Amino acid sequence: MNLPRTLWQLARHLILLATAFVVLVPFIWMVSLSLKPPGEIFQSSFNLLPQTWFAAENYAKAFTSAPLARYLVNGVVVCSSILTLQITICAPAAYALAKIDFRGRDLFFDVVLVCLLIPHQVLALPLFILSYRLGLIDTYTVLILPFAVSPFGIFLFRQFFKRIPDDLVYAARLDGLSEFSIVWRLMLPMSGPAVVAFAIFSVVSHWNDLFWPLIVVHSDRLMPPALGVMAFRNEQAGNDYGPLMAAATIVVAPLVLAFLIAQRWFVEGFAGGSIK
Amino acid sequence: MSMDMRSLLDAEALTRQAHRHSERWAELDGLGLLGPSLFLLLVLFVMPTFGVFAIAMTNWHFGSKSLAFVGLDNFVALYADRTFRASLWNTAFYVVMVVPTSVVLGLLIALVIESGKRFRAVYRTLHFLPFMATLSAMAIAWEALLHPTIGLVNQTLMTIGLPTANWLRDPATALPALAIIGIWQNLGFSMVMILAGLKSIPEALYDAAAVDGADAWFSRLGLVTLPMLGPVFMFVSIVMALRAFEAFDTVQILTQGGPGTSSQVLLYTLYTESFLYMRTGYGAAVTVVFFLIVAGLTLLQARTMDRRIHYS
Repeated sequence: MNLPRTLWQLARHLILLATAFVVLVPFIWMVSLSLKPPGEIFQSSFNLLPQTWFAAENYAKAFTSAPLARYLVNGVVVCSSILTLQITICAPAAYALAKIDFRGRDLFFDVVLVCLLIPHQVLALPLFILSYRLGLIDTYTVLILPFAVSPFGIFLFRQFFKRIPDDLVYAARLDGLSEFSIVWRLMLPMSGPAVVAFAIFSVVSHWNDLFWPLIVVHSDRLMPPALGVMAFRNEQAGNDYGPLMAAATIVVAPLVLAFLIAQRWFVEGFAGGSIK
Repeated sequence: MSMDMRSLLDAEALTRQAHRHSERWAELDGLGLLGPSLFLLLVLFVMPTFGVFAIAMTNWHFGSKSLAFVGLDNFVALYADRTFRASLWNTAFYVVMVVPTSVVLGLLIALVIESGKRFRAVYRTLHFLPFMATLSAMAIAWEALLHPTIGLVNQTLMTIGLPTANWLRDPATALPALAIIGIWQNLGFSMVMILAGLKSIPEALYDAAAVDGADAWFSRLGLVTLPMLGPVFMFVSIVMALRAFEAFDTVQILTQGGPGTSSQVLLYTLYTESFLYMRTGYGAAVTVVFFLIVAGLTLLQARTMDRRIHYS
């Protein structure tokens, strides 16, 4: 009875290590190539680690032959602006939906639900035309503004706000807090997990987004990471593998590191995010 | 005691007062709180969606001064358009390759992870990693991996004596290669959702099954685990299908729909028609088709979610 159990536990580790290895191969290969000189990359025998370390050269070239640092800064600017706007705009609406009884509330919630059905790729064409008319093509604004409101954010915050007891809201009103201060000082602080989950969901989506930036941004100085690394590859014609893999590693690294540090939050954020 | 009673009554009176306050100001507050969201939802979501349907009934080329109402002509043209038909077929094929594989593999890995206690979080993290990683960058890593001569895939195949291919340049293998990348990316997500489903199965059901004599792992799987996961499978499959329908980054970076139209998918056609060829009216018609498919799936997803909540 005990022996099969022990055997299975051993087999469990072997199976999972094998599948994990297969899943990780693209990462390992990418990092491995980013450490090698061109001669070794085009060699037919495979070594995980380089014989001559070329990491410094490859990474330096990635940062100098393309504005890689600029791409990363753009990613930070765009993602943080989008997240700030989304929380500022969605949280009060979610509070109104959760805690205030006003005429038209159900209608507004229906609008939110309908908007949840609309994928962003559908909005790309009309929003592109609108941005063009407003002269916003190739600006930070056009990367940020279309995402200022998130129906998913309103939906998620509303769910969390509903669980906060009404009495707390009444007490806060009696203390003279305005409706907006109730949102900032009561609702959001009491919905920590929702805010974290939404923040992860939002930042990951926009750091990784290629579709919208590809449509509205053409100049290097505005490209977010996902688009920047593609532009870098196209300019290099995909031949200079070392620096290219170094650039890809740099673009992937921030989210992967954040994920490894706070993996529980990420997994829960996305398991929750899947209700979108 | 009576002090407590009094303060309780006071509190009640105050609460009533707060209620009245909320009724009186509700409309105004509601509007102030909702205003920005409502405005932005209308401008950024609702109106553009109506706009797409309207543009789809014109022959507008972006940049041209004139346009005419053409009714459903664009949709009739789509029906006859070989590239569009290819993209529909390829998308369907891609979905059929990605969805069952990522759900089944996600289930198997989830079951193996849950069959023991040690290193659960580590294994979950490692398998979930591709889902987080920037796909456009990882596509570049995959390109190196699939490189015909120096790529690890062909080198490995050669070593063990299997036939190699120029995966991304051969019409027979381009779409399957993209599907493998799609499976690789989404597998961890389906695993995580199935793990959540496994955790929500009440322990009592396993006890009951054991009383009925089903205590072997395999019979518990067949009698309790899989039936209880039924709604979860439905939900996970739809989420995977939605993600498969939205495949774009790998196509854009690795194959651009080629060779020929062998890896042309719906969203890539939407992109090329709307933003490369600037056939705005036609692109809008493709967008309408894409919208109907995705919105239909999302509605289906919402319904399975209602059911899941109902059961639990």
